[in-house]
Amino acid sequence: MKQLNNHESRTCVRTMVRMVTPAGSDGFISLYLDLPEWDYTPGQFVMIRPENWDNDPVWPRPFSICEVNRNGLRLFIQVVGRGTRLISRLTPGSRVDLWGPLGNGFKFDPDDRLLILAGGMGIAPFIGLCKNHPHPEKVSLLFGHRVGIECYPLDELPQGMDKQYARQEGQSDLVLFQEMLEKRIQEFSGLGRILACGPTPLLRVVSSLSLKYKAETYVSLENKMACGVGACLGCVARTSDQGYVQTCTHGPVFRADRIVWEV
Amino acid sequence: MDISVKLGMLKLKNPIMTASGTFGYGLEFKPYGRLEDLGAVVVKGLSLEPRQGNPMPRIVETPCGMLNAIGLQNIGVEAFLKEKLGLLPWKTTPVIVNLYGQTREDFARLADILSREQGVAALEVNISCPNVREGGIQFGQDPVQAARVTEVVKKSAGSKPVIIKLSPNVSDVTVIARAVESAGADAISLINTLGGMAVDIYTRKPCLANKFGGLSGPAIKPVALKMVHEVCKKVSLPVIGLGGISSARDVLEFILVGASAVQVGTATFTRPDRVFSLVSEVEKLAMELGLDSWNDFQGTLKN
Repeated sequence: MKQLNNHESRTCVRTMVRMVTPAGSDGFISLYLDLPEWDYTPGQFVMIRPENWDNDPVWPRPFSICEVNRNGLRLFIQVVGRGTRLISRLTPGSRVDLWGPLGNGFKFDPDDRLLILAGGMGIAPFIGLCKNHPHPEKVSLLFGHRVGIECYPLDELPQGMDKQYARQEGQSDLVLFQEMLEKRIQEFSGLGRILACGPTPLLRVVSSLSLKYKAETYVSLENKMACGVGACLGCVARTSDQGYVQTCTHGPVFRADRIVWEV
Repeated sequence: MDISVKLGMLKLKNPIMTASGTFGYGLEFKPYGRLEDLGAVVVKGLSLEPRQGNPMPRIVETPCGMLNAIGLQNIGVEAFLKEKLGLLPWKTTPVIVNLYGQTREDFARLADILSREQGVAALEVNISCPNVREGGIQFGQDPVQAARVTEVVKKSAGSKPVIIKLSPNVSDVTVIARAVESAGADAISLINTLGGMAVDIYTRKPCLANKFGGLSGPAIKPVALKMVHEVCKKVSLPVIGLGGISSARDVLEFILVGASAVQVGTATFTRPDRVFSLVSEVEKLAMELGLDSWNDFQGTLKN
């Protein structure tokens, strides 16, 4: 895990699927790809497009880099639509177009205390971050999830890390989770950086609580993307200082207080 | 085979150009290929002032295509000239600026500003954007209006060639093509996106905040090919074909029906180096077909 600056060169390669492993239950997979010659910053993402897609689907799909390990580049993926379903059916040896690392990623000092707030698939960029962090005792995680905990690779996280998990099965759980978020953000404000990734409603709440308690918070936005390189302008987010900016190149990580959340 | 082409006054190394709106300001693609290798770079449509574009969501995927309603978000002509143009390899590859105005005066003013720029090889006039309320397509659907915009841009553009980009959202595209030819256009590019819509049965809402968008990608190629063919028969101007081109074979199909060059748009999203690899693929396919020059092939479709 190396921290890159935003302008280091990216590559586009045709690479090979090494392994596809299911996690927990149907619909969650880890996809391992042959590793190109690059390093990454946690929070950066890649675009992938299987060779056999031909003209349909047209777009590639963006995924956070989960980690890079001896099995290659790992992407943690949940099947949510046609594209991810086709990706989940890839087999070792399938060829995939891959470009990245893209976006800015989470910048932090290894000595910073970190509070990670993740919801569902928002855990993906934090797996490698936590596993490779030199001081896991300085990292805390609050993880909210709707499906079973066994679907997520949380058992891989370091022992010394402070972890708290909360499942939301109904409206009352959501209220409880929001209370947990508020307590953690309030307590953590001023102690270090908060990093958040997950569904937009979660990030909106995290943002508003961070403003309330003046916490230094960075959120990684999820967005539909066509190109991933800043050209199509299809993935913009509204910011208070620059108006609409591309999530893929100006983000996906933004300071929470810069985002103007649209209804 | 020499795959260079002549586009009126412009000489291109090869017939492969980028399509406006899909290639940013060109610089986004520098890590993925040599801009110098392309026939021409056509940049994102510019307006006089910066534009924020339409609300999100702005894009949605459809079978073999996509809909967009970006709404011409751009940094404005001054910022482009100051921050981007100098970084493009305009000395070795023609940089064509696509321009958009809400009024004829806007088009004239933009053409006037760009006419003085050494790094701008030609102007492409967008009278066909379906995603903006004022200007855009309203000029492109009426032959009289299309001709008037062409006239004012020609008058202000000095010696720069003027390409008029046409919309397929008309009953007879050849009427518009002939109107802009009579008004002095130097070339025509077509097609811009086809008006389209996608809806979500779960939310019961349109997929785009703008409700409607422009359809692009391989799904529209047959429509584009037909329109390019029709226009090539009716005008004597060079025609640039675009619409769903994603392979070398697609490029040659457009040249076969009469196009002098092509633009590659949505295919750029399938791989950021797609437009670069097409150059060598087109050369290889032309050789496989045993062509000696484009003249032997361009517009030679048999009945």
